[in-house]
Amino acid sequence: MAHLSIIKRNIKLGVKNLLLHKLRSMLTMLGLVFGVGSVIAMLAIGEGASEEALSQIRKLGSRNIIISSQKPAEENSLANNNVRMSVYGLLYDDYRRISETIPTILKTVPVKSMQKPCRYGKRHMDLRIVGTTEKWFDLVQRNVIAGRIISRKDVDEMASVAVLTDHGARKLLAAQNVVGSTIRLGGNAYEVIGIVQTESESAGTMQMPDTDVDVYVPISTTRLHYGDIFSQRKQGSDIREQVELHRIIVEVDNERNVKRTAAAIDRSLSISHKKQDYYMDVPLALLRQARATKRTFSIVLGTIAGISLLVGGIGIMNIMLATVTERTREIGIRRAIGAKRRHIVFQFLIETLVLSIIGGVTGIGMGLFIPWVVTLTTGMPTIVTAYSLILSLGISVSVGIIFGIYPAMRASELDPIIALRHE
Amino acid sequence: MSGGRNCEHAVEVKDLRKTYIVGDQQVNALDGVSAQIRKGEFWAIMGASGSGKSTMLNILGCLDRPTSGSYFLDGRDVSKMDDANLSDIRLKYLGFIFQSFNLIPQLTVAENIALPLYYQGVDEDESIVRAKELASMVGLSMRLDHKPTQLSGGQQQRVAIARALSNDPVLILADEPTGNLDSATSIEIMSLLSEMNKRGKTIVMVTHEPDIAEYAAHRLVMKDGRVDRIS
Repeated sequence: MAHLSIIKRNIKLGVKNLLLHKLRSMLTMLGLVFGVGSVIAMLAIGEGASEEALSQIRKLGSRNIIISSQKPAEENSLANNNVRMSVYGLLYDDYRRISETIPTILKTVPVKSMQKPCRYGKRHMDLRIVGTTEKWFDLVQRNVIAGRIISRKDVDEMASVAVLTDHGARKLLAAQNVVGSTIRLGGNAYEVIGIVQTESESAGTMQMPDTDVDVYVPISTTRLHYGDIFSQRKQGSDIREQVELHRIIVEVDNERNVKRTAAAIDRSLSISHKKQDYYMDVPLALLRQARATKRTFSIVLGTIAGISLLVGGIGIMNIMLATVTERTREIGIRRAIGAKRRHIVFQFLIETLVLSIIGGVTGIGMGLFIPWVVTLTTGMPTIVTAYSLILSLGISVSVGIIFGIYPAMRASELDPIIALRHE
Repeated sequence: MSGGRNCEHAVEVKDLRKTYIVGDQQVNALDGVSAQIRKGEFWAIMGASGSGKSTMLNILGCLDRPTSGSYFLDGRDVSKMDDANLSDIRLKYLGFIFQSFNLIPQLTVAENIALPLYYQGVDEDESIVRAKELASMVGLSMRLDHKPTQLSGGQQQRVAIARALSNDPVLILADEPTGNLDSATSIEIMSLLSEMNKRGKTIVMVTHEPDIAEYAAHRLVMKDGRVDRIS
């Protein structure tokens, strides 16, 4: 208890001495305040950014592989001169072969995208249609707002049913009671069986598979109604394309098998595709990349933080050394009265610690404030983790001890006779 | 060890020597000083500058150690103690009064008086009670919360005397206690010291002013590191 009261009185004395030189104490702390503040702020911003990227990638599914059709480069240039039909992209055969021959694949989802004029009541507009199977909704799990989603039976029976996405429904100005009514897509009548929610955010370089979808219909039905040939007018020329499938989404049984499965798919496709008319996105690879980026970021941050805290610490040491010189006489008096060396060490160390803890806490305040402002002004998400707060406070205390010990030792080693004579 | 409150002598020094090496020269600041000071006595150490009186005071005050010779303070041999033990001796058995008062400017009068108690680990409430008693003893009850800079020189020296008394020391050492004071104030301070001596305090004072030395019953005059004369 006696110790506790000595510590308490030393802290009181330390605060008093620091208050004696308010401006100097504040300036001394500033280095640490900015050091700690910037560490927390940068960690929060970094954490927020990478967490956003990671969660978006996770939404794409870390076990998924997305294969998309693309028009080969040479086809593109040819299409400008000749009015002809370009045939490219993924085939139903590819879909069948991939799902049947690669054992690590759990689910394979074919996707056919197109744009068709739509009529609902008195409204006319073009809708973006995705033809797919019931498995789509297993891989791209979204809330069902109303009704139901496409079933296996719908696909098998080539049923004329449609599931609207929420923004598809908004375009049609359709409320939830649209379920059960009929819409016409490219001249064919479909029964609306449900509405699902969509994910509108994009995941870095990749889009969510359902970003641009207004309505889902069974893939078998789209093939029956519209075939595989699409024509559109572009820059005055009529462009006709034959694309069987626009995408194939694959779910692998295990994250460990994703890389191998992607390679197997690539090998399997390259046999039948002489031209590079498809490309693959592997969210897991992006996830790994994001994690690696995060690690690099942490190392860079750690270095900056280390340097700024070192600078802060040196600032504190510098001032404490000046303080010791300035208070040489006081040290002499205390020693003459009977203070032991350790009392002097303790007194000055407490003072540095008070300084560094106040600096650290102020820095934490700043570290909480900056991310808040960043989020408020830019809308960027930021996450202040408890660990970054504990870390910075711990570092402040360590800085206080490490950089306070030398001035304190210097003070205690003064010869009291000489110290008393000091002017 | 025959130390303690029953010991007849407050100070007993025998053949005290202090040697400094300056360059390649050996300087004998003290060259065989022997003296005995009984409890309750008031001594003045006099001498020209360079006579060794300051060195003598530093050794008596346990701020310095003799090169050779022995020093018994209240029966304890303190001549060979290390820094920590000497600190302890200063804390428990000695009180200092300096020419320039040497109060700590950021502490109040009460806190300055109680400083030795703080290092002794006496709790705060008790220290405050003691500080009040001592302040009224030196006539400063109304100034407990003042800072030293708000006091006159004489008042500051009174605080220093109260501080020197706070640990109830065996020996009070005063180094030119009136050196920074005008003559009227000097008389006040010396009267106060005499009063403390009458109450039983042993005092050793260094001064070069003969009329100040008059207050002491015993005078030890030093010259070239030796005792020149005792009267």
